[in-house]
Amino acid sequence: MFKLLRFMKGYQKECVLAPLFKMLEAFLELLVPLVVAAVIDNGIPHKDTGYLIRMCLLLVFFGLLGLTCSVCAQYFAAKTAVGFTAKVRHALFAHMQSLSYAELDRIGTSSLITRMTSDTNQIQNGVNLTLRLVLRSPFVVFGAMIMAFTIDVKAASIFALIIPVLSVIIFGIMLRSIPLYRQVQIRLDQVLSLTRQNLTGVRVIRAFCKEEEQIHRFEEKNNKMAAEQKHVGRISALLNPFTYVVINLGIIGLVYTGAVRVDAGVLTQGAVVALYNYMSQILVELIKLANLIINITKSIACGNRVQAIFEEHSSLALCEETCESVAEAFAKGACVEFDHVTFRYRDASADMLHDICFTAAAGETIGVIGGTGSGKSSLVSLIPRFYDATSGSVKICNKNVKDFPPDALRRAIGVVPQHPVLFSGTIRSNLCFRKEDATDEELWEALSLAQAEDFVRRLPDGLDAPVSQGGKNFSGGQRQRLTIARALVGNPKLLILDDSASALDYATDAALRRALASLPQNPCCFLVSQRTASLMHADRILVLDDGKLVGEGTHEQLLSFCKVYREIYDSQFKKEAHTK
Amino acid sequence: MNRETIKRVLNYLGSYRRYLAFSLLLAAVSVALTLYVPIRVGQAIDTILGKGNVDFSALFFHLAVAGGCALCAALLQWLMAVINNKITYEVVRDIRSDAMKHIQKLPLSYLDSHAYGDIVSRVIADVDQFADGLLMGFTNLFTGVITILGTLVFMLLLDPLITLVVVLLTPLSLFVARFIANHTYEMFRAQSVTRGQQTAVIEEMIGNQRVVQAFAYEKKALAVFDEVNDRLAKCSLQATFYSSLVNPTTRFVNSTVYAAVALAGAFAAIGGSITIGGLSCFLSYAGQYAKPFNEISGVVAELQNALACAARMFDFLDSTAQTPDDPDAAVLQTVAGNVELSQVSFSYKPEQSLIENLNLQVEAGRRIAIVGPTGCGKTTLINLLMRFYDTVQGDIRIDGHSVRNVTRASLRKNFGMVLQETWLMQGTIRENIVMGKPDATEEEMIAAAKASHAHSFILRLPKGYDTVLSENGDELSQGQKQLLCITRVMLCLPPMLILDEATSSIDTRTEIKIQDAFSRMMKGRTSFIVAHRLSTIRDADRILVMKDGHIVEQGTHQELLEQNGFYKHLYESQFAPVASGQTR
Repeated sequence: MFKLLRFMKGYQKECVLAPLFKMLEAFLELLVPLVVAAVIDNGIPHKDTGYLIRMCLLLVFFGLLGLTCSVCAQYFAAKTAVGFTAKVRHALFAHMQSLSYAELDRIGTSSLITRMTSDTNQIQNGVNLTLRLVLRSPFVVFGAMIMAFTIDVKAASIFALIIPVLSVIIFGIMLRSIPLYRQVQIRLDQVLSLTRQNLTGVRVIRAFCKEEEQIHRFEEKNNKMAAEQKHVGRISALLNPFTYVVINLGIIGLVYTGAVRVDAGVLTQGAVVALYNYMSQILVELIKLANLIINITKSIACGNRVQAIFEEHSSLALCEETCESVAEAFAKGACVEFDHVTFRYRDASADMLHDICFTAAAGETIGVIGGTGSGKSSLVSLIPRFYDATSGSVKICNKNVKDFPPDALRRAIGVVPQHPVLFSGTIRSNLCFRKEDATDEELWEALSLAQAEDFVRRLPDGLDAPVSQGGKNFSGGQRQRLTIARALVGNPKLLILDDSASALDYATDAALRRALASLPQNPCCFLVSQRTASLMHADRILVLDDGKLVGEGTHEQLLSFCKVYREIYDSQFKKEAHTK
Repeated sequence: MNRETIKRVLNYLGSYRRYLAFSLLLAAVSVALTLYVPIRVGQAIDTILGKGNVDFSALFFHLAVAGGCALCAALLQWLMAVINNKITYEVVRDIRSDAMKHIQKLPLSYLDSHAYGDIVSRVIADVDQFADGLLMGFTNLFTGVITILGTLVFMLLLDPLITLVVVLLTPLSLFVARFIANHTYEMFRAQSVTRGQQTAVIEEMIGNQRVVQAFAYEKKALAVFDEVNDRLAKCSLQATFYSSLVNPTTRFVNSTVYAAVALAGAFAAIGGSITIGGLSCFLSYAGQYAKPFNEISGVVAELQNALACAARMFDFLDSTAQTPDDPDAAVLQTVAGNVELSQVSFSYKPEQSLIENLNLQVEAGRRIAIVGPTGCGKTTLINLLMRFYDTVQGDIRIDGHSVRNVTRASLRKNFGMVLQETWLMQGTIRENIVMGKPDATEEEMIAAAKASHAHSFILRLPKGYDTVLSENGDELSQGQKQLLCITRVMLCLPPMLILDEATSSIDTRTEIKIQDAFSRMMKGRTSFIVAHRLSTIRDADRILVMKDGHIVEQGTHQELLEQNGFYKHLYESQFAPVASGQTR
């Protein structure tokens, strides 16, 4: 949590001013019993009404001054808390962008979302309260103690005894409940995750009539969360009664000691009243604090969760190169080389790719084919460094990809992912992903290459037609073509199409392949597909089987010597020949 | 609006009536005790008169009573807090459960057109804020009100005149609090709405982080995020600052009251109508009396936030659910599979009609292939068959029963559906497979997995069938996910099948292998198949050629080719490359 304090930078002034004003206000409050004692000890016995009125006006003046201080304090506290949290959220979002696929896989989207939302909200709350109370409460407590000492040292020693006991209680309960609050937030992750799943999987859930079961699953988690909240609630609820009892014991001790001292003639009755008032003030302050401590405790638990994300670092190796060097390397066209590459997913029991070697020259079209789960997608995801190879090296333009910064590298590569995702906005905003200043001509060019020009032309708003979240307002095939167009904008020198034509009909697929072959920049192109028909015109085809490269060559070559390839081919054409 | 929300909240609280009453009782007793303690302490102080003039036995007695009362009060306070916790967290749990139940009942048209992030934000963040407000409300409002009433009684007993001063002046603070709180509700609402928008952005960007990174779109994503983040910071600052003004202002009002009491009390003491001990006790009451006003006013601000969040939540709960099943809707038993569409019209948006006047008759056991260019309405047809959407006009009948007259659940149980977009739930492979038939035996499950050729890859996973899949099943390849979805249907074998590009991500060797199982499965079952692969289409009993929401041609493959129409054109353009492939 404390490591998050670096985001306070820029708010140091407010950070000091808020508690300071708060303290000033508390200081004024501490003066009140003194004034009252003066009223009791001087005003009443002498029946001095003028003095009494002056003293009471003084109280009102203190109140007014307190108000001013307090408003300033609240403003600075609110400003700091909100500004701090906005900065944390910004940094957290930026940091999440820098994590590699491996970390994203592990942490999970839902947990990232709760940390961005619920956890940061709680932190904002906590910072706001802490700033208001960080100095005020100890100040009031210790101030009351010091004031008590000025009245009578012996009687005041009870304060010195009670305050450490109170601190132990407060910190003990905090320490006990922080991990429990963390647990509650983890439960919240799960509840959020189930909510999301029920939104994304609504069709399947309804198709299988699983509504009831899903509700049941949700309720189970929801109940667990409520149970844990109640559990931690019970513990933190101890704070208030405990402090109350301890302080009242203090008051009893105080009055008794006071009585003994008065009896001995060392103290006046008014002094005992003043001492008692100070103790009451501590009580009021601590009861106020107790409610807030619960909040602060929660915030610390949440802060730790946020900090945990900041401590996740991209597992991709760091590199020194700049974007320019990538552009330079790609200028003459890109070639790709896999040198004894082995890749294993984290926590997986077996290699996903095993000892892969091949080279692809600039301008070459490489087909990648293989069975379900054979490692096709994993292979191409090593090129833009979505993952780093476990051993061996992937080289682009004779340079290890680990020497390229991931973002610059990806900017230079056109990737069409398997799952066609569009973002809310317009068609234009989706197409301009990689190249923000692309002209209309460039966009239409890309759309036409991706066989998407026709339907976009037919949209009333053309390039500015709205796209809803996830592209839900387009059919699967349309989405896929738009994602292809998105990759083509900016004429990348390296293209990766990861089974991205699966929702396209054959005619469109064929037209797309022809268009790709005619690209002016002559890119190095990786085509992943199930269909031999989509790949057979490729310059070279890589055949994967269970993570191993079992064949490499042209369609004809592979047909003659690669058993796996021939099986794939036969499975697609024999049956059709047979049924004809 | 505000009142409506409060009423809804009270409704939820209704089932905890007994706990609420108990909590109130505890509050009353513990407050009475906490108020009684200073009286005893005051009396104890009154025994201390001066040097050599202290009545120690009376002192001990008063202090012992005070101590006992303090202990009891503490115990009751704790009990009350436990009960308040229970009520709050259980009410919140109930609201969330209701939200989940509501999600299950929402029409797909709602879910398809709303950002998931905003819904998630309502169910998670808004409810959370509401819980915080509610708990704070309970803890402070109850004790606050009772403290005010209690102190009034005790003060009246001590000195009616000074009490009058207090009573007349203190409500001032409530006016001030109310004035400020009224202004903050809108600010809290704005904060909550912006928070929802931010969650939608987070959901979209973080949820699709892979794509964002693939396009090095991080900076732009951050810019989009920052825009909302800045707006949120502004709303938040406003709401936080203005709501936090309540406390200092009421405190100022109260310190003025305190000064007035001190003055009145001092005069009373001069006049001899109150003792010094009595005055100190009175002043402590005045402080205590003011305190709940401070707290309540703070709570009022907090409650504005809670109410703004609750309103958003109820807003969601109030969104129109799909028309519920007719109360006397029949339960569709296992059907033969005759499907009839008559005069069906449908559109997603009223101004843009998609399907018009569609008629179709399918006899039981037939295999129907649907082809046509993208966006022609293939998926929509499936949405209508499964009753994800209701037809705008016309009727769909299964074995003569109109789909509107049977329960949705029984209708959908008769369909087995495999979609191109695979969805797996978080859980084990086993749980995912037996979704449609929870009572399936191990043998049945393995048989289904073998038929769909998923068995071998499942066995290769670290824990076989008990491997836990993460949220999106990201550890599996797209094809493997599709195999699992097919296994799911193979296991429950309903009388009608819908396969929307069911094998698009599966390699063709495996596809051929499962094709036999598919053929066996489809035998005797009415099947609707959307596919691009020729083999599936040509084996169909009937091919529907769709274009712009209409069936333009239908018949067997051979018949359609002979018609020399749109299908022939489609066939030649689409399948020509394949046909030429086989001549090699």
